[in-house]
Amino acid sequence: MTEPILELIDATVIVNQNTPDAKIILQGVNLTIQPGEFITLLGSNGAGKSTLFNVIAGTLPLSSGQIKIAGQDVTQMGATQRTKLLARVFQDPKVGTSPRMTGAENLLLAERRGQRRRLLNRRLTAEKQAHFVNLVNRMGNGLGTRLDMPTGALSGGQRQALSFVMATLSRPEILLLDEHTAALDPKTSQQLMRVTDEQVREQHLTALMITHNLDDALRYGNRLLILHAGQIQADYNGDEKSQLTRNQLLDYFEQY
Amino acid sequence: MSIIVSAVGQGLIWAMLGLGLYLSFRILNFPDMTVEGTFPLGAAVAVTGISTGMNPVVASLLAAGVGALAGLVTGLLYTKGQIPILLAGILTMTAVYSVNLRTMGQANRSLLGAKTIFNGSLLKHLPENFPTVAVGLVIAVVMVSALAYFLQTELGQAFIATGDNPKMAQAMGINTHNMTILGLMLSNALIAFGGSLVAQNNGFADVNMGLGIIVVALASIIIGEVVFVEDVTLTERLITVVIGSILYRFVLVLVLALGLNANDLNLFSAIILGLALLLPKLRQFFHFDRILLGRRAD
Repeated sequence: MTEPILELIDATVIVNQNTPDAKIILQGVNLTIQPGEFITLLGSNGAGKSTLFNVIAGTLPLSSGQIKIAGQDVTQMGATQRTKLLARVFQDPKVGTSPRMTGAENLLLAERRGQRRRLLNRRLTAEKQAHFVNLVNRMGNGLGTRLDMPTGALSGGQRQALSFVMATLSRPEILLLDEHTAALDPKTSQQLMRVTDEQVREQHLTALMITHNLDDALRYGNRLLILHAGQIQADYNGDEKSQLTRNQLLDYFEQY
Repeated sequence: MSIIVSAVGQGLIWAMLGLGLYLSFRILNFPDMTVEGTFPLGAAVAVTGISTGMNPVVASLLAAGVGALAGLVTGLLYTKGQIPILLAGILTMTAVYSVNLRTMGQANRSLLGAKTIFNGSLLKHLPENFPTVAVGLVIAVVMVSALAYFLQTELGQAFIATGDNPKMAQAMGINTHNMTILGLMLSNALIAFGGSLVAQNNGFADVNMGLGIIVVALASIIIGEVVFVEDVTLTERLITVVIGSILYRFVLVLVLALGLNANDLNLFSAIILGLALLLPKLRQFFHFDRILLGRRAD
């Protein structure tokens, strides 16, 4: 049994605590994730999916409970510090990149994710540039020829692909994918999903992916979680997941 | 001729303001009102220092350091105190007004006969206005190079990303609060340094010399951007700020020579900046391009 990469122990988030408006968003969530697991996360709006991601990333503190990444207790660690351990791709293509900087400059920033920014030249050498072009060419959407443009001039699909490369450039212990294909057209979205799957397998990444697309949730990953009312309602592993059908999932959502 | 030399000299030393404001207004993307306080602060510190026997170079650097402290206050109020940036800047600016009065002990202070960085033993032999150009040129080259270098470092790039997309910067582990504070400190240091240069050049400091200074600083940025519209690199952009500052001084010197009352300068500055800001819209509206280039409408 290997050491879990992520552990949530009785994780609870209550907003407006000690007021009449108090609301429980996460309710005593216990979750253990092993290295190399690719988890798809389903749940209706307000189920607590985004809150769960914010808690893991550290942008939202826990009201009670504990969180460990790679055996290290990070409950009290701030979001900036946690970026050493985890990376995130957001739903909105505008959020993931710096629009006035070029693709290559964005990648340079990403290369030092979570590390100290030194007063040394950023060193965008020809070698580095070629390395970056190689990396983004795997995304297969013409991004390689546009790395010298400000990212604000790229299409949504290209920006999202760049955000994905940026998140994985410096290997994260945990990769959080927050509906990262939801804002794209069906074709671009499927292409990014395929590359995501390839990269997660190739680099043996541990990833959590929020999605509303049932087909994607079934096709990709090796574990599936359903969140409802701040609790994990279902957890399908390996074979259980591969035998799961779309109709079973639909039935599940009908209950609520 | 002397008008041209005077405008170039003035433009070079006033360019410190444009460069300083560029860091907050264009890179961090917010208007920092602190500058209206830090400009006279730099002037007050330098003039008081020099008239009590301090070396003018040391006094100018001290002015920059004190300006950085004012930027630190605004930065802390804005980031850690969550006070909106406009209000944070106005708070510091208001407080600094009293500090300036305390520093000088009176509303204005003269440098009559004192040694400044513009009248050193070597510079004394140059014809009128040329010492300003010489000193201004050296300082402008040093400052533009230093800023250009800084912005190309890992730290500088993190600073740019903070202004461009704070959420992305945070996700990359960049401490956006620290970057904002750093930017405000650098920006206000440059502006206070500019204030010390202007005061030494004019021979006096006045508590009210900061009034409308943000418009003057913005004018050099905007004029530089309007004159050089094409895509330029960040380093080139810094140079256009210096050129914009010189062009702005040209216009001022010109209208003063034409007999405009010095009391009307602030009105005039605001009109120049307003026109420069409106130019893209006016261009569209009056079809300037078509008229000038003889292009036909499709």
